[in-house]
Amino acid sequence: RGMAAAALLLLLLVAGPGPRRAGAGRERRDALREELLLSPLPTGDVAATFQFRTRWDADLQQGAVSHYRLFPKALGRLVAALGVRELHLALTQGFWRTRFWGQPPLQAPAGAELWVWFQPTVTDVDKAWKELSNILSGIFCASLNFIDSTNTVTPTASFKPLGLANGTDHHLLRYAVLPREVVCTENLTPWKKLLPCGSKAGLAVLLKAERLFHSSYHSQAVHIRPVCRDASCLAVSWELRQTLTVVFDVFSSGQGKKDWSLFKMFSRTLTDACPLASQSKVYVDISPKNKEKELLEVTPPPTSVHEAVVQGDKKTYAVYDLLSPSLFNTSRSLNVQLKWKRPQDSSEMPIPVLHAQRYVGGYGLQTGEICTLIYNTHPYRAFPVILLETVPWYLRLYVHTLTIITKGKENKPSYIHYQPAQDRRRPHLLEMLIQLPANSVTKITIQFERALLKWTEYPPDPNHGFYVGSSVLSALVPSVIAMKDVDMEQSPLFTSLFPSSDGSSYFVRLYTEPLLVNLPTPDFSMPYNVICLTCTVVAVCYGSFYNLLTRTFHVEEPSRGGLAKRLANVIRKFRGVPPL
Amino acid sequence: VCTSRFWFNYRHVANTLSVYRSVKRLGIPDSHIVLMLADDMACNPRNPKPATVFSHKNMELNVYGDDVEVDYRSYEVTVENFLRVLTGRIPPSTPRSKRLLSDDRSNILIYMTGHGGNGFLKFQDSEEITNVELADAFEQMWQKRRYNELLFIIDTCQGASMYERFYSPNIMALASSQVGEDSLSHQPDLGIGVHLMDRYTFYVLEFLEEIHPASQTNMNDLFQVCPKSLCVSTPGHRTDLFQRDPQNVLITDFFGSVRKVEITTETISLDRDLAAVESKFPKDELATEPLKYAEQLPVAQIIHQKPKQKDWHPPGGFILGLWALIIMVFFKTYGIKHMKHVF
Repeated sequence: RGMAAAALLLLLLVAGPGPRRAGAGRERRDALREELLLSPLPTGDVAATFQFRTRWDADLQQGAVSHYRLFPKALGRLVAALGVRELHLALTQGFWRTRFWGQPPLQAPAGAELWVWFQPTVTDVDKAWKELSNILSGIFCASLNFIDSTNTVTPTASFKPLGLANGTDHHLLRYAVLPREVVCTENLTPWKKLLPCGSKAGLAVLLKAERLFHSSYHSQAVHIRPVCRDASCLAVSWELRQTLTVVFDVFSSGQGKKDWSLFKMFSRTLTDACPLASQSKVYVDISPKNKEKELLEVTPPPTSVHEAVVQGDKKTYAVYDLLSPSLFNTSRSLNVQLKWKRPQDSSEMPIPVLHAQRYVGGYGLQTGEICTLIYNTHPYRAFPVILLETVPWYLRLYVHTLTIITKGKENKPSYIHYQPAQDRRRPHLLEMLIQLPANSVTKITIQFERALLKWTEYPPDPNHGFYVGSSVLSALVPSVIAMKDVDMEQSPLFTSLFPSSDGSSYFVRLYTEPLLVNLPTPDFSMPYNVICLTCTVVAVCYGSFYNLLTRTFHVEEPSRGGLAKRLANVIRKFRGVPPL
Repeated sequence: VCTSRFWFNYRHVANTLSVYRSVKRLGIPDSHIVLMLADDMACNPRNPKPATVFSHKNMELNVYGDDVEVDYRSYEVTVENFLRVLTGRIPPSTPRSKRLLSDDRSNILIYMTGHGGNGFLKFQDSEEITNVELADAFEQMWQKRRYNELLFIIDTCQGASMYERFYSPNIMALASSQVGEDSLSHQPDLGIGVHLMDRYTFYVLEFLEEIHPASQTNMNDLFQVCPKSLCVSTPGHRTDLFQRDPQNVLITDFFGSVRKVEITTETISLDRDLAAVESKFPKDELATEPLKYAEQLPVAQIIHQKPKQKDWHPPGGFILGLWALIIMVFFKTYGIKHMKHVF
């Protein structure tokens, strides 16, 4: 009994200081993972994709959360106050050339793109949407406050939620794109400030504006969505992903050689991982093409090699784990370099399975035609694609001229949703589900007429033209190799953005080029000319009539003259000469 | 505020950014600065060095920097927005960074540059603000107690005409040229291909580079910047509305944010038990069934989607009138006694 009492006492002693000691070893409810993916593109450019993912095991919607650690408070408060379920904001400069560079990991249209799913509890979605775009314009220093009903649409089939969803009532979805938006350092700075380590440690030290904007394509995005907390998926965590994709033209800056290194691209090297990150890795795509190994060489030697099936194809990556102690043994900084052992033939360029282009046809300033060409280069598989087009109201579409032609025959879409525009209130929305046969080109044309705007509605530089936002293609592309369902926590970040349902196909979202059309521009000095001319004519006419009606003639006595004249007249009278 | 658009007006953006840079250097944080740039020069496709704006030739000084916050960009810089910022009459959902949150103890510095003329300043090649509007806006600010003292600097052609009409107290104004004179630009850079700065602001920037937060330089020194020999135009100033003597007004009163700091010796102990804060998380509700992700392209579901129910609108005036006419004709034809049965 004494031993039992002693054991009990020991137990109490151990359990006693528990609550106070919980402060030292409490479990963290948020985690940060950072990742950089460097992939050489077929044309010799290099694409660098940064992803910073903060996962927070708390429910932002219920309960008043007041202690923010890694998750930025500005975005957390926004999600809670406006009832946002998913938020995706992308700011892009340049265009991803799918035909030459391959499928992008995550593409965004030129300008600013914002699409948001709201919670079912939000009663006035349009009001919440307007408030959200205003608040985001203050956070990111972008003119997102120009998002209003004239460029917002509600897609009915595209843009399904990327996070956990209970139902998909498309009334809660809003999508807007501002193609004229410029991206510069003032947008990058607040984006960097949202990162837990800022730009002082970890992978974000490479993000210097002078190098990032001297590139062919620059896209920075913020994605917030609810995800499964674990494999059983009974609880919800919130995930914030910040992605930044840059494509550097190595030829023009590398004196004609295709070898690149981190220092040449970013003018910086990596020195350490972010202390707040639980994982910090650099992946370099060293997949062999045409089964030829030893085509390229990566220095310093990677910590490990990872193989994964990404976008339906087997790829090999050299991994540098910044948190492993062996990486910084030899030198204080990590400068990943890649050298090509053999010059690459340009005939080896692989063509992506799905790519598209869009252009404006026609002549003159009255009518025109929007043509979209969609290519399916798969040898034997057909697959469906959803095309979403948003056209501003001042280009009046004629839907009866919509034609879809594949291999010379007409191709009727299985689903079509068209919402006509209302002048100055709503843009055109055209959504179609088109089946693309194997190895084919589909041409979609629609004619439009240009409207004449009121003279106060023209921007200060109307001769630049007006932009039409990119159209969106969402497709499930058949994969070459079946993908296994992987755990989201273990796999690299660039594989887990789109949830995959089965391994036989992968989801891809492509954007076409934005279009620039000229509207008939009036001569803005005409109001001034008209006012001058009209006032002159009125003054002359009215003045003449007024004079004719009211002018009378009086006889005027000649004046007596001044003193000198009178004296002269007196002298003349004496002389006998007639007076002056 | 920079009011000019187009690449050849690079120097106006460089003017504004150099004043912004000096003001930040002397301690004013971004939350207290409203920066309006009418066009983007740094990431303009014509800029041979993207993400940079230079003020000295041979690319010595990049005034754009790495930490810049532009509150009003490109098409947002309009006369209406400028006056709304000044007077505080902004739509309710405007974020804080776009508001001028000043009260009756704030000193405000307003710097404007662009193309101007006798009595007006041109905004973005499409509209103008006149000196009368500006004076009235300042009077509104005075009546709403939105400033304690105000320093207004303008660098345009015939800039002195813009401050002729001020009538509110506590305003001091400087301009780069008198009525009838043009303000000239300083030097072109052959690599970039445009003129980089205006003369007046160039010499003001050189003057400000020497100021540090503790300097005692006063306004009289600022009035002497850029004499006619360097500037070709005659800078002017107006101090009759200002109550203090310019000799006693420090440059850092407007350009810097100097705070009085008192050191205290008493100690404050922080709460040791911070674990209580984090453990206050409400218990998460666990779902009964596992949640799942939405299918990205459910083809079958999309094809068989029911069309959206059109919202029912009550019939408009024309339809109502038409039906009223038909009913009246019916009852007129067949007799009025049928109407009794309806009512």
